[in-house]
Amino acid sequence: MISLPATISARSYALLLLVLALLPFIFEWLDQPFYLDLLSRALILCIAAISLNLILGFGGMVSLGHAAYIGIGAYCVGIPSYYDYYNGWLHLTLALSVSAIFALVTGAISLRTRGVYFIMITMAFTQMLYFIFLSLEVYGADDGLVIYSRSEFPAWLSMDSSMSLYYWIFGVLLLALFFTHRLVHARFGRVIVGARFNEQRMQALGFNTYRYRLTCYVISAMICSIAGMLFGNFAGFISPDIMGWTRSGELIFMVIIGGVATLFGPLVGTITFVLLEEFLSAITVYWHLIFGILLVALVLFGKGGIHGWLSRMDHKGEEHG
Amino acid sequence: MADQLLKVTGLSKHFGGIIATENVSLSVERGLIHAIIGPNGAGKTTLIAQLSGQLKPDSGDIEFDGHSIVHDSVASRARLGLARSFQITSVIMPMTLLENVMLAVQGGSGHSFGFWSPVRRDRVMRDAAMSSLAEVGLEGRAGRTAANVSHGEQRQLEIAMALAMKPRMLLLDEPMAGMGKEEGAMMVDILNRLKGGMTILLVEHDMDAVFSLADRLSVMVNGHVIATDTVENIRSNHQVQKAYLGDGHA
Repeated sequence: MISLPATISARSYALLLLVLALLPFIFEWLDQPFYLDLLSRALILCIAAISLNLILGFGGMVSLGHAAYIGIGAYCVGIPSYYDYYNGWLHLTLALSVSAIFALVTGAISLRTRGVYFIMITMAFTQMLYFIFLSLEVYGADDGLVIYSRSEFPAWLSMDSSMSLYYWIFGVLLLALFFTHRLVHARFGRVIVGARFNEQRMQALGFNTYRYRLTCYVISAMICSIAGMLFGNFAGFISPDIMGWTRSGELIFMVIIGGVATLFGPLVGTITFVLLEEFLSAITVYWHLIFGILLVALVLFGKGGIHGWLSRMDHKGEEHG
Repeated sequence: MADQLLKVTGLSKHFGGIIATENVSLSVERGLIHAIIGPNGAGKTTLIAQLSGQLKPDSGDIEFDGHSIVHDSVASRARLGLARSFQITSVIMPMTLLENVMLAVQGGSGHSFGFWSPVRRDRVMRDAAMSSLAEVGLEGRAGRTAANVSHGEQRQLEIAMALAMKPRMLLLDEPMAGMGKEEGAMMVDILNRLKGGMTILLVEHDMDAVFSLADRLSVMVNGHVIATDTVENIRSNHQVQKAYLGDGHA
């Protein structure tokens, strides 16, 4: 038997997922491929934001370098394709393993620092990667790299049409959400969350918090690299700009707008961010100003982000009902 | 020779010119409550910090159950069975009491690289946590957030967390700090129930509590342990009275 989710927030999220599952058909019916593109891009960023939330939200590790893993994922499609290797499993395996190694090495160093230093050092590592790709003439340097064909998967997993690519992205998004949900409630997640609130106590309880944090950092990077791999396929063109530090900053905004350390926060935050950006820029050329003010207002007054706002409605509902 | 669970030899720690502990040697016998008393600044908390691994001593050795642990980290000492409570309450405030204690159970039971099964539904862990809460009389408060219970209950939670790790020894740093009379009496009760079964090193200012609980007493002054003996002998020790008890406490 299926019962309706009890709270306003849970119902909204269930509805949102349902809408996301059906929208492509509506766009197709309306013959609006542009909106499908917009939504695909938004959901790719959602996956990246969900992965960032794992370390930033649940783990309290504010990284300003998460775009590195979008870049790694994308170039793990771009570079093999440049040599005519289009096998999707190869792309995926490369993305997961390269991101894991990069995260393991940089994380092992970064996680010895805290607070502002951690922010700076994660940013520095990503900038290093950015400049490496900027100087790689073979792969287009700052002119970027065109990916002529999408990653090849078996027919039932093909991502060749925009519709099938969308459902690829949507599927990965669902998996990322489900995995995050399991992870934060499992033994590992409890240690990560505990260490965010009181690391000294967690160590006194016998937890080598550094090791758990590093593992979390690597997992988060690997999820983000799938977002990058999808981005490479979606855009068909990649350049080092996709791992610029402003992109890392935007990801942080997306997480905060939606609500840090909540399951669906990054999802609603990212969609809000992308839609605002899109529609404001269509209205006026001065959209950056309005966008900036809106972001500041959301962060200042929207305590706990959109998720916080929804769950406050839940509590109000409880009081009245 | 009595069975010594913890053996400290020649432990010294200086901060610049300031002596925190100087050549401290101390043995804690298995199954006893061993209290450390001394005036403020005598180095008691610094000693606990060195025993738990928070501070590295300049010299000296710490043996726990026959093995030197002086180079082990806080976490590995905790896993060896040396659990502690903090002088200034250190629990995970936004979590419920049950969640706090379940983390402690988790800490005391193998690694935590479990990525899939929800902890909440782990019956064994939950029961273990509830029984630790019951040991300190907090079973009725399990669902409350740690930030929303009284100071005294947070102190009890500290003890419950230490117990939930199934430790071989407890390091209790002023468990009665900041407690009222009633809360203090409750804590003495809790510790009295542990007496005989658990080895405890207790740092405490409340002399009545110390005298009623401790089997052994060590007196620290200016970083030195000046005497270790039974409660009766310490009470009648002149050097101790001059150094400490006479100093407004007696």
